[in-house]
Amino acid sequence: MSDFEPLYDLFATAGWTPPPIPEAAHVVAYGHRLASTQSLAGVRVEAEATDTGIEARITIAAGTRVAQPIHLCFGLYQQFGVQNVHLALTLEPRADATVWAHCLFATPLAARHAMQAEVVLMEGAVLRHQEAHYHGTSGDIQVIPHTRASLEKDARYLADFSLIRGRVGRLDIDYSVNVGEAAEAELTSRIYGFGSDAIRIREQLKLDGQGARGLVKTRVAVRDDARAEVLGMVEGNAAGARGHVDCMEIVRDRAEVSAVPEVRVRHPQAKVTHEAAIGSVDSRQLETLMARGLAPEEAVDLIVRGMLA
Amino acid sequence: MTAWPNLFHRPGHPDTGKPVLLGVAGLRLELEGKRILDGLDLELLSGEIHGLLGANGSGKSSLAYAIMGCEDYRPGAGEITFDGRRIDGLPMHERARLGITLAWQEPARFEGLAIRDYLRVANPKTDVESCLKRVGLDPDEYAARAVDKTLSGGERKRVELAAVLAMQPKLAILDEPTAGIDLLSLDALLAVIEALRAAGSTVLLITHQAEVAAHADRASQLCGGRIVCRGETASVLEHYRKRVCKRCDGRTCHV
Ligand SMILES: Nc1ncnc2c1ncn2[C@@H]1O[C@H](COP(=O)(O)OP(=O)(O)O)[C@@H](O)[C@H]1O
Ligand SMILES: [Mg+2]
Repeated sequence: MSDFEPLYDLFATAGWTPPPIPEAAHVVAYGHRLASTQSLAGVRVEAEATDTGIEARITIAAGTRVAQPIHLCFGLYQQFGVQNVHLALTLEPRADATVWAHCLFATPLAARHAMQAEVVLMEGAVLRHQEAHYHGTSGDIQVIPHTRASLEKDARYLADFSLIRGRVGRLDIDYSVNVGEAAEAELTSRIYGFGSDAIRIREQLKLDGQGARGLVKTRVAVRDDARAEVLGMVEGNAAGARGHVDCMEIVRDRAEVSAVPEVRVRHPQAKVTHEAAIGSVDSRQLETLMARGLAPEEAVDLIVRGMLA
Repeated sequence: MTAWPNLFHRPGHPDTGKPVLLGVAGLRLELEGKRILDGLDLELLSGEIHGLLGANGSGKSSLAYAIMGCEDYRPGAGEITFDGRRIDGLPMHERARLGITLAWQEPARFEGLAIRDYLRVANPKTDVESCLKRVGLDPDEYAARAVDKTLSGGERKRVELAAVLAMQPKLAILDEPTAGIDLLSLDALLAVIEALRAAGSTVLLITHQAEVAAHADRASQLCGGRIVCRGETASVLEHYRKRVCKRCDGRTCHV
């Protein structure tokens, strides 16, 4: 089963260069139609289209180091559409993999994409998960990525969500990660909203195991009438747990942001810190670039692009 | 105190006869109701390295910001001319496009902006490698790093000087280039000044350290909101080191 042409068109519309997906382990789905799946040695990819959506299961065998990124491509190329994805991603002990999720919705009108992911990293497993979204230019789309992850002893989970080109529409991110003994989780999200975009981010790390570490890092820039609500929560529940919440938000025009870094500590030897910088562009940064000849708008652009890089 | 050789002093080049690049006349600046500059006059000659001396808090940085055109440092009176035209009404980026730039005493940090790209802000064709080498930073190690808080204070100041070099400005205002937590070595600074001079830039070298100002061709001393002494570096330094000036009426003018 191979059906990549619409995907390449979606990549082109987003202005991205498609990676070599056919050779890698992958799942490609358009709406509720499954276009292609591929397993590789140590990487079992199973997927099916049901009446209610796409069911995908990816299991990476113990000790497998996957050299090539695994690609998850979810798209809608029709204007109206609904896509529900349920993904179960399991890394067995000491497996090590990179997953690139590409969520491409080129010309949506009243479209909706919902992803429910369950991620399990067994002892010593390492997962780098990069998720890039393109939602087109209409803003008439709702995207709901939810992830529940659990990390066993010594596992590492680095998740990076980015939506920095085109409109956002309505985005509702909800990540929750349980971090076990000496395990480490890093959640980064980078989002640029404008027009009437509405962004909601809720990211939660529960540092449950002894020596668990976690970072929630949010970078959001909004302009026009866009709205963003950011909730970064880190709980230190065990001895030696170390967590940090780092929010930076740049606001322009009539846009509005609220950021709530919520830190909770339930063990005297746990420590969680937070920093939040919300406001317009820093005037010293702006003037530094203007002293090199950039007009104020150009300077703001460069600062925002850097923050979202 | 170490006596540094004056590498840049060129006897036989009388300053008179060189055209004036920057003229500041009767500049008055108030900040939060306090008079910081009070009828200040200053002339920079084209191609010279001009030392601006003054105690901490005497208003050197404020003068630099006023010349550059920073929003919060708009003079209440006076004129600034550059290359023969009035610039005090121009916004900062337009002054920069005329060829003025400033290296801040404590430069800002930029998340996600590579040093390479930072050096190309003023000029996309910048030779990043050579600019970094000039300030003693290995391009292989630094070009791709971000201009963010992972740089030490000294590294950040070197990057700032490299960015000034990259711009090839007509006037480079260097505000306390050797001051900072992590001291930028005087040798590195002298190499940068030499490169600026070779490229035809005029330099306003702001410092409270006599041994740094000693490398200027001419100098001015700021006290009580005015230039109280100007001329050949040696004579200004002599005046500065006495720690008194006419304006302070015999009282100590820098502590
Ligand atoms: N933005 C400002 N608002 C109010 N006062 C200021 C501001 N900037 C500088 N000053 C004051 O102006 C005086 C001169 O400061 P500055 O120009 O930084 O001196 P220098 O660079 O010579 O050490 C100081 O008394 C300082 O506190
Ligand atoms: Mg100063």
